[in-house]
Amino acid sequence: MSKNILPLALGAAMGIVASAAAAQAGTLDDVKAKGFIQCGVSQGLPGFSNPDAQGNWTGLDVDLCRAVSAAVFGTPDNVKYSPLSAKERFTALQSGEIDILSRNTTWTLSRDTSLGLNFAGVNYYDGQGFMVRKDLGVASALELSGASVCTQTGTTTELNIADYFRSNNMPYEVVAFEKLEEVVKAYDAGRCDVFSNDASGLYATRLTLTNPGDHIVLPEIISKEPLGPVVRHGDDQWFDVVKWTHNAMLNAEELGVTSANVEEMKSSDNPEVKRLLGVEGAFGEMLGLPNDWVVAIVKNVGNYGESFDRNVGPNTPLAISRGLNALWKDGGIQYAAPIR
Amino acid sequence: MSQTSTFQIRTEEAPRLPAPVATSGFIGWARQNLFSSAGNTILTILGLLLAFFIFEPLIKFALIDAVWTGENRDACLAAEGSGQSVGACWAFVKAYFPQFIYGRYPAAEIYRVNIVYAMFAALLIPMAIPSVPFKKLNAILLLVVFPIISYYLLTGLVIGDAVILPIVETPYWGGLLVTLVIAVTGITASLPLGILFALGRRSHMPIVKLVSVIFIEFWRGVPLITVLFMSSVMLPLFLPDGVTFDKLLRVLIGVALFSAAYMAEVVRGGLQAIPKGQYEGAMALGLRFWPMMGLIILPQALKLVIPGIVNTFIGLFKDTTLVMIVGMFDLLGQINTSTTDPNWASPTTGVTGYLFAAMVFFCFCFGMSRYSIFIEKKLHTGHKR
Repeated sequence: MSKNILPLALGAAMGIVASAAAAQAGTLDDVKAKGFIQCGVSQGLPGFSNPDAQGNWTGLDVDLCRAVSAAVFGTPDNVKYSPLSAKERFTALQSGEIDILSRNTTWTLSRDTSLGLNFAGVNYYDGQGFMVRKDLGVASALELSGASVCTQTGTTTELNIADYFRSNNMPYEVVAFEKLEEVVKAYDAGRCDVFSNDASGLYATRLTLTNPGDHIVLPEIISKEPLGPVVRHGDDQWFDVVKWTHNAMLNAEELGVTSANVEEMKSSDNPEVKRLLGVEGAFGEMLGLPNDWVVAIVKNVGNYGESFDRNVGPNTPLAISRGLNALWKDGGIQYAAPIR
Repeated sequence: MSQTSTFQIRTEEAPRLPAPVATSGFIGWARQNLFSSAGNTILTILGLLLAFFIFEPLIKFALIDAVWTGENRDACLAAEGSGQSVGACWAFVKAYFPQFIYGRYPAAEIYRVNIVYAMFAALLIPMAIPSVPFKKLNAILLLVVFPIISYYLLTGLVIGDAVILPIVETPYWGGLLVTLVIAVTGITASLPLGILFALGRRSHMPIVKLVSVIFIEFWRGVPLITVLFMSSVMLPLFLPDGVTFDKLLRVLIGVALFSAAYMAEVVRGGLQAIPKGQYEGAMALGLRFWPMMGLIILPQALKLVIPGIVNTFIGLFKDTTLVMIVGMFDLLGQINTSTTDPNWASPTTGVTGYLFAAMVFFCFCFGMSRYSIFIEKKLHTGHKR
């Protein structure tokens, strides 16, 4: 009798695996069936994904999930958020706990290949930058020769600084600390001239300084940190949906379609706008979405520029300038393939 | 015969003697305890100075310079260039207070959490006061009925298609709610489990003993942070695709098993202190294993290790903050996230948040500690010194 139990249990387990695999066939169908998108976000990065005082998630990364929800369901609110730590984020995606990882994740080759992920574009071009006191009178990082730099020990930040100063033949002095809070404290107390971190983090740090207005972020970016949404490898339809949601937001900004004028723009004569808004062609259907998917995105979430301005732009406390994240025609590198 | 007077009548007042050195009242107490010798006097002054240097800035920061009202970070910033220091930003705690207590639990459903809190208090307080009657009924309500009701209240109840209480998934839970759910579940699960494993480890039955030893040594040998990490990162990889089960549940199981192992060792220490005569006496009365344990051995053993048990409870309560690394927001995690809100980020926001967390944790842990001392004194029979 007891002989028969093991095969039985194995068989039952296989049955679960098989049925689960069948349910996993296509994320888009799964998402439509369950009625919401499970979106992996950070545990609180100001401007990118952060719960506000009312407990609602806001930020640039959150807006992307809301936009996908708008594209699929016509409403931006069918999203459930899973706050993830940096270490568990990829497992959560691989194991199917979440449908999109939109958590300031840097696109690198190893992540794209060996982790079994797909990066669906870049919604924020980040990179390591420098913050200095205004009264130092420095306008460019190239004038920082001989400066003392506050950084965290044992991070890539420290290595990038070493590379940058050495390749520009500038002497410098490192004041390194174990924890980020200590680094910020030391910089605020004037123990060093320069504070270096990822640019998006610099702006958030500036808010916690005694006199935020006394500090500026220098224009130089010395490392590449393209941040973007991530989906599972091997599900091309869902990959397309996320990728084109981001592209649609960029195209909408480029064509001047905003949440305020999207209804009027439907009657625009511009063929590109017509294709974008689903008046001409059946581009939504090709993605497996309703034909007015972009209308839903722009009306509910806004175009990329609106989302940027609302979450991190000059009028927010973070006050990040568009910089690299401006559209390609405005001197940035945000460039979307056309909807055609 | 002239009569000579043998007695005197004092015609003027006696010189007043100085009042005796006070031995009672504050001055007397201070003289005896604080300034009884030159060395003591120096130590007292040093101690007072130290206390002043610690508490003066703390009080200045937390009360005098503090900002109590405000709508956003501007309230908690010193005027630009004034060089003035601003103290604790309590306005921030005020704005985020609901989140610290309930997490992101939907506003319309918060009454359910309140009911659970109220029920818990209403059942725990009479349970904790020895003179209140109906202990058995109270225990059944607290340990059986309350968990079931609060489970449905917190997660929601749907029968068929009828939504009686809307489902609130655990990612929406947070703050003190998560801290208490984890701590209370861990505490109530670990004591009975720990007793079982402690008895198992002292058992003469080889398999029971082996299983208990392996369980205890495994869970004690692994750090809690690893347990949490395994449950949230590794476990989903072993499960078939698409099969997930609730993260909070995984954490609860991990924490309960982990603290049960510690509890088992604490209880075993108590069991070892019971003289053999107690066992033999119980057996001579004809008691079998469970009545012997329940009536004779455990009441004595547990009484001995109350400090150890409460120590484990307090440790567990504070360890709940570790769930932050698996992306759950306990009280500390919720505060940590809130301090990054660009609308409130200021030089003192973070410190204020941590100060608030420290106060809340201190209240709970100190409360547990005082209650354990009270129970210890009450049960202190037979081995008074």
